[in-house]
Amino acid sequence: MSALDKDVATYNFAYLDEQTKRMIRRAILKGIAIPGYQVPFASREMPMPYGWGTGGVQVTAAIIGPDDVLKVIDQGADDTTNAVSIRNFFRKVAAVETTTETARATIIQTRHRIPELPLTAGQTLVYQVPIPEPLRFLEPRETETRKMHALEEYGLMHVKLYEDIARHGRIATTYAYPVKVEGRYVMDPSPTPKFDNPKMHMSAALQLFGAGREKRIYAIPPFTQVVSLDFEDHPFEVQTFDKPCALCSAENVYLDEVILDDKGGRMFVCSDTDHCEKRQAEGHRGELAGEIA
Amino acid sequence: MYVAVKGGEAAIRNAHRLLADRRRGDRSVPALRLDQIVEQLGLGVDRVMSEGSLYDRELAALAIVQARGDLIEAIFLVRAYRTTLPRFGYTRPVDTAAMHAERRISATYKDLPGGQMLGPTFDYTHRLLDPELATGAAVEEPEQRDIEPEAMPRVSDLLAGEDLIESDGELPAGHVTGDITREPLEFPLERDARLQALSRGDEGFLLALAYSTQRGYARSHPFVGEIRIGEVELELDVPELDFPVTLGRIRVTECQMVNQFKGSARQPPQFTRGYGLVFGQSERKAMAMSLCDRALRARELGEDVTAAAQDEEFVISHSDNVQATGFVEHLKLPHYVDFQAELDLVRRMRADHEAENGTDATTKEAAE
Repeated sequence: MSALDKDVATYNFAYLDEQTKRMIRRAILKGIAIPGYQVPFASREMPMPYGWGTGGVQVTAAIIGPDDVLKVIDQGADDTTNAVSIRNFFRKVAAVETTTETARATIIQTRHRIPELPLTAGQTLVYQVPIPEPLRFLEPRETETRKMHALEEYGLMHVKLYEDIARHGRIATTYAYPVKVEGRYVMDPSPTPKFDNPKMHMSAALQLFGAGREKRIYAIPPFTQVVSLDFEDHPFEVQTFDKPCALCSAENVYLDEVILDDKGGRMFVCSDTDHCEKRQAEGHRGELAGEIA
Repeated sequence: MYVAVKGGEAAIRNAHRLLADRRRGDRSVPALRLDQIVEQLGLGVDRVMSEGSLYDRELAALAIVQARGDLIEAIFLVRAYRTTLPRFGYTRPVDTAAMHAERRISATYKDLPGGQMLGPTFDYTHRLLDPELATGAAVEEPEQRDIEPEAMPRVSDLLAGEDLIESDGELPAGHVTGDITREPLEFPLERDARLQALSRGDEGFLLALAYSTQRGYARSHPFVGEIRIGEVELELDVPELDFPVTLGRIRVTECQMVNQFKGSARQPPQFTRGYGLVFGQSERKAMAMSLCDRALRARELGEDVTAAAQDEEFVISHSDNVQATGFVEHLKLPHYVDFQAELDLVRRMRADHEAENGTDATTKEAAE
């Protein structure tokens, strides 16, 4: 029963033991050295389920130090349940300061979004990745897809995008839109809406991607070329919204659609809650700002 | 109402408090003790140890209570604890021929050295609900034998002399046994890594795949060469000592499945084997594992790969229930950012469609 007598406090700083952190850091360094390349790593079981951010959590646990300030977002928001859960986890096992302010954070762990505020040098964005392999839905076998990456054989992906155009008149991929990193590896940006793809390009921040269940880490070092795949006659374009945010009137940001009633009433509000709150504090008002608390 | 869409700390706190309440249930009913679970729900404990890859009955029992009896959740709890434990070393291979067996049966020989021994089995019970159990009636002490059991060589060693059954085989020189909990899987796998993955694989998944091989999807004509359940000694080599140190005993189930093999260009006709070894008493799992192991050796034996059970990437990538349940259940997490992107796309495509075809009767009429 000795195991049961152990206190939670005996977990190492940031949960993982130092050997595991070293292993993960090596994978991260390799990932940074080969931008966009998926580095296999010996992913550990984490105290949250696979598919719920275990890759991101392991990357964060491996790089976080006592002086870091952590922000965790899910769907762009700090108060989404899983973001709350992961933030609480690090508060508990690493006792680090947490924040919701994008500008103050040194590490931002995210699921599905990149903050609207441009990131700066010294910041690290950690993505939670469910399926790291951009070719997975074209070829289910890992043995095949690794070969395709090695040979830079990405024709299949272009054919898929072309078939979209032939069938739907446009590229019908709206999130997890494939990118090419530094002219070499085709990479899955994680299921962020393609709206966020341009933010990855030449970003001043370090971008790390962790896929726990699939046991892969990859990285985009600062100031790296990240180009969304497209065709000359069908250039890549991001989503646009007809209306500004109903709370802070922001334009050119990603909006969530919120259903207001059962009569088709709906509003569009910033998905990035920190960005929205900042703007409201600065006095920006959207058309529904007064009505919705 | 906007707030209601997003979670919030208070909601999580209250949800977990309610969970604790539901877990405990009616407070007038005595709380379960771990020893009750260890003693009376032993096979559930065994499954949690086996698929949780941690041999500790009390921790498994604790996990079962904490998970409200949900065994996959309990397995997950055990795995998440196990992964934080330091790794002192690797034991020597266990010697199952020296097992203190409580059960040992063979379906290929009527009698064999060491004999057949039924042990504590559900086999040959009639599955009739027993109302006496509900009233807590006294249970008889088991029959015990006094004599020292005779040696019980493994069935695979019995025919080895004739070369009719393939031998255990040799690992390539310099091969260090893999550890799937410390190294990422790389396909194609060596058999050691594959067996490790199967041993912690989901019982239900392996059972279904094993069943599929019996129904013709990669049929392998299996016979149960032997199943044995009992305790084996764990021995560890310590660098300072020139003899292995005994750490203790663990209870395991071993299954050796013997399969027909017509031979190939590389090998003469001989019986091949599938192997299963799991913590605790879990015959179903060990048997399913050995059938899957044999099916997955198709490539090695030069057989055609035609069925799911022979497809290593398919089987091993999907056999871990902690991974599977996590990823399936992650669909509960919010996906509204991505859904928004899809909504937008569908609206635009519908607008195109309407522009081309007209929306309804009135616009059609107007057009006409």
